[in-house]
Amino acid sequence: MAKFKWIYAFVALAMLLALLPIGSVNAAPTNALACAKTYTVSAGDTLSAISDKEYGDIKAYWPIMAGTNLMNKEDASFARVENPDSIEVGWKLCIPSADDAKAFLAQFPGPNTPAGVSMLFGKGAKGQLIVASWWTNGGEFAGLNEMFKMFKQQNPDVEIVNAAIAGGAGTNFKGQLLSQLLGGVAPDTFQLHAGWEADTYDPGTLIVNVDDVYKRNNLEAVFPPTLLKMLKFKDHYWGVPVNIHRSNVLWYNKALFEKAGITAAPATWDEFFAAADKLKAAGIQPVALGGKDGFELQHTFEGILAGSMTADEYAGLWTGATSWKSPKVAQALETFKKYLTYANADHDALTWAAATQLLIDGKAAMNIMGDWANGQFVAANFTNYGWEPVPGSKGTYVALSDSFALPAKAPNPDNANLWLDLAGSRPAQEAFNKLKGSICARTDCDYSTYNAYLQSAAKDWQVDSIVPSVTHGAAAKPSWAKAYTDAITLFGTSGDVAATQAALAQAAADAGYPQ
Amino acid sequence: MAAPFKSSAAPRWRWTRLLLYAFLLLFAIWYLTPVYIILMASFKSQAEAMQMQNMWLPPHILGFKSFQIAWFGSTEPPATLGLEQGFWNSVMLVIPATLISTFIGSINGYVLAKWKFRGADLIFTLMLFGMFLPYQSILIPLVMTYQNFAKFTGIQLFSTIPGLVVAHVIYGIPICTLIFRNYYAQLPTEMIEAARIDGANFFSVYRRILLPLSQPAFVVVVIWQFTSIWNDFLFGVTLANTPKVYPITVSLNNIAGSFHVPYNVQMAAALLTALPPLLLYIFLGRYFIRGLMAGSLKG
Amino acid sequence: MSSTFESAAGVAVVNMPKKRWWRRQNWERIVSILILMPSIIALAIFIYAFIGWTGFISLTAWNSSVPDFTFVGLKNYARLFVGGSTDMIRFHYDIRNEVGFLILFVGGCIIIGFLLATLLDRKIRGESIFRSIFLFPMAISFIVTGVAWRWILTPGTQETGWVGINLLLTNLGLDHLRSAWFTDPTVLYIQPTTPLGQFLGSIGLGALAAPDFGYAVAMTSIVIAAGWQMSGYTMALYLAGIRSIPDELREAARIDGASEWGVYRYIIIPLLRPVTLTVVVILAHIALKIFDLVYSMTGGVSAGFATDVPALNMWKTTFDGTQFAQGASIAIILLLMVGVLIVPYLVWQTRQEAQ
Repeated sequence: MAKFKWIYAFVALAMLLALLPIGSVNAAPTNALACAKTYTVSAGDTLSAISDKEYGDIKAYWPIMAGTNLMNKEDASFARVENPDSIEVGWKLCIPSADDAKAFLAQFPGPNTPAGVSMLFGKGAKGQLIVASWWTNGGEFAGLNEMFKMFKQQNPDVEIVNAAIAGGAGTNFKGQLLSQLLGGVAPDTFQLHAGWEADTYDPGTLIVNVDDVYKRNNLEAVFPPTLLKMLKFKDHYWGVPVNIHRSNVLWYNKALFEKAGITAAPATWDEFFAAADKLKAAGIQPVALGGKDGFELQHTFEGILAGSMTADEYAGLWTGATSWKSPKVAQALETFKKYLTYANADHDALTWAAATQLLIDGKAAMNIMGDWANGQFVAANFTNYGWEPVPGSKGTYVALSDSFALPAKAPNPDNANLWLDLAGSRPAQEAFNKLKGSICARTDCDYSTYNAYLQSAAKDWQVDSIVPSVTHGAAAKPSWAKAYTDAITLFGTSGDVAATQAALAQAAADAGYPQ
Repeated sequence: MAAPFKSSAAPRWRWTRLLLYAFLLLFAIWYLTPVYIILMASFKSQAEAMQMQNMWLPPHILGFKSFQIAWFGSTEPPATLGLEQGFWNSVMLVIPATLISTFIGSINGYVLAKWKFRGADLIFTLMLFGMFLPYQSILIPLVMTYQNFAKFTGIQLFSTIPGLVVAHVIYGIPICTLIFRNYYAQLPTEMIEAARIDGANFFSVYRRILLPLSQPAFVVVVIWQFTSIWNDFLFGVTLANTPKVYPITVSLNNIAGSFHVPYNVQMAAALLTALPPLLLYIFLGRYFIRGLMAGSLKG
Repeated sequence: MSSTFESAAGVAVVNMPKKRWWRRQNWERIVSILILMPSIIALAIFIYAFIGWTGFISLTAWNSSVPDFTFVGLKNYARLFVGGSTDMIRFHYDIRNEVGFLILFVGGCIIIGFLLATLLDRKIRGESIFRSIFLFPMAISFIVTGVAWRWILTPGTQETGWVGINLLLTNLGLDHLRSAWFTDPTVLYIQPTTPLGQFLGSIGLGALAAPDFGYAVAMTSIVIAAGWQMSGYTMALYLAGIRSIPDELREAARIDGASEWGVYRYIIIPLLRPVTLTVVVILAHIALKIFDLVYSMTGGVSAGFATDVPALNMWKTTFDGTQFAQGASIAIILLLMVGVLIVPYLVWQTRQEAQ
């Protein structure tokens, strides 16, 4: 038995190891209002007058009220301001610094919103907020953290639990979340692609509609009608969208185009393949492609499909209006087959990000990927790139939108509602999307600090026809999306156009749309 | 002419000996290749790790930043969640699950080896099948049971660490029972009979005679259970998927399965995940082999 | 240790009244069964009842997120075997990949494991170091193995630069050894036009000359990673087996004039037969259950499902496609495959012990 000490030694070692102070990453700042100074109310004072004196703005009294109430909780010598219009002589007020006040006002959604009330009185919201998403890394994780920061500012007493699960396009996430919801262990809110993905969670049973959030924040007025149409599923809204991504974008490395003597970005497939041949002749890998996570090929084909027909016809594929037996689908498959011959042979080993990296490193010239690739370009400080809709799809905006949904069994529904209010708000969308590399779902965002691509995407978003993406959960129910995915995976090696078209038609039929 | 014959035989012996060592070394290199590549990548900086053409070369500057990010996570680029919570969840899970399943296996093994009743062999065989069970074939009912357990009993199994412990204990019973039963079966029964005649009962035979002799079996079972529970992914990912609960393998997959995390952080995370069972093998590996040799795994 | 037993047995003094002894034994018999009861009940539910439950689900129409227990017979099974759907093709590939993997993985581990065990048995200096090196991969999670080997076996291309092993081979001047590894779409099978293919066709087995009955080269990468992890364990089992063979037996054979090879051929290998059987059963069931490794290495989707396996397909179908009944049917087939292998072994084992 003496030898058992090894086990104890090991356990102790493991614990020691965990305690090793390798270094500490700064925790999210709480940004509570700190008092720059205190002020005692004398006869004739109004909050407006004080804020005018302190900040040069008669309307900037909200931070004073909030700061004072916050202090009151810890130190009873500070007053409690219930109504900004009535203050009494002798009250001790807390005056936050001008910077803090400015930051507070940028966040403040107004005194009549739940979030605003909780900001002013530092009360109400308590407990936890469990947010589930597949944003574990990169710009999207940074963007999410930014929203957490804002939420914390408004609701300092709520503990935010980040329940993220990684996986390309949410591939691991959805199944696990479904099993959580069925098990009654729901998060308070979770990431949901707008559209058919809601069907996964049996809307009305596992998730409840968020029509109230739309009403009290007047969201129908600030989201474009096409997006509202995509969001509305079975006559209700099931999520509050925070962003819009475009799926059908062709990215290219400008330096390599120059090197191969290509002057204009290809707008048609003929131009595309001509350019690809030129690149090949110049010894440059024409196309970078990923495939490791089993969505990249499908994503590419979706773009080609949208470029092979009108926006209405493409949208009709998912509603039964367009037949999958259409020659245009066969044409798209032929194009895709040819496209694959220009791609790197090891595409199945690469993630989309590794494929995008080839473009950045100047090892490959073109890549069809969603505009999250733009986020990677920005992160890598790479600027010499151009973009164009996938050939043939100009005017069609294959869109996906990340939204936040409300589970029926959310343990803290009040906090979840506060989160949804925040998610739909302009300051949150502006801050989040800048980091995530997407555009706002709202139409009133200020893009002046966004990069050139996002500004152009925001413009296209206003005028293009919006159609849903299947690879990213918007167009079809999960079983149909899986059948589509599997058929394209097989096509990647078989190249059998007729069989694949038959399989795609069968998938539509199985989903309840006889061809 | 015996002398020249002898002298020529000796070098030949050395030559084959050399070949033998060369062969073993070759295999050692194969086994160590992934370790090498993980070590090289994890001590590099992000910029250096991105240079794929240098992936086989050691880092220019030894850096620990990747370990820091892999462990604590980071809110700055490369932003990611860390392993820390998952590590502690795994510790909280693996210790009770290993101890409980080992204890149950030991007492079951005692009964099945030394108290054979009618049908004991059949029950043992039916138990053994659980060892080979592909978990996919019970996954859907398992998840459904866990999900609805609280409704009927008020005890939350789904997405809790005790719930995971229960799953690992139950599905660990077959292997633990097997090892202990086979181990006890080879201890002579006469010894027990002698003790019984001396007045020892069911429990004191176990406590006074078998337990003190069980050390090799205990070591094997503890190592086995520790590594398989620590390394489990399927139960972790299906039964416990909130970050408060999920084990380290799921944390690792969150880091290594994503696009944005550079290789140096991925490899550092892989190394940290592999470390506890690895240390166990480095310190206790010889007991494991000794246990194997003691015949305790012969079934 | 044996001396302990003997001394314990040595103090046997038979002077207890028989009657009391038997009464006590009855009581203890009940206790022993009671102690076993919780385990029996737990396993009866968590293994056998659950298998039945999965079987039931596989016969229903529950193929969306909302449970639907309409009985549909064997429809979900039929879909996997006939009808030409994408699901069928994928499942056929799964079975093909699984069989190829099973044979190469088990065979490879046995050859390497046995070889290393015999070499280590030759009074090697630093044996314990070698043993630790060979055995340590077993301690590592399949997820870690997958992460590491995916990186090592990422092929790269001429244009974008070679990576991993291919990079190493290129630097060593061994260009012809480069491979596409797990992204290789090649499937080796009997071409219908070859003499063998024509012969098969002539005897009505033309269906065998198809990619469904071939070997997907990409699986080799999974075999390498899985073999890396489990061959050391095989070595340990063989080494334990070899060491348990009494030295006298070998000495006797040597004195009888047997060569070193003869000792192995006629003494060691026959005596190791039970070990080999154990090894085959353990490795084969690991091969059939393989999930984590493929999941983290390729996700199974590489090169048109060239590395997909049934366990992964079950997972994807159930939790990605929310087709629970279809997933359950794959799970049951997987169980049957394991059962075909394991049940005869368990029966044989039980009989052997009874003798």
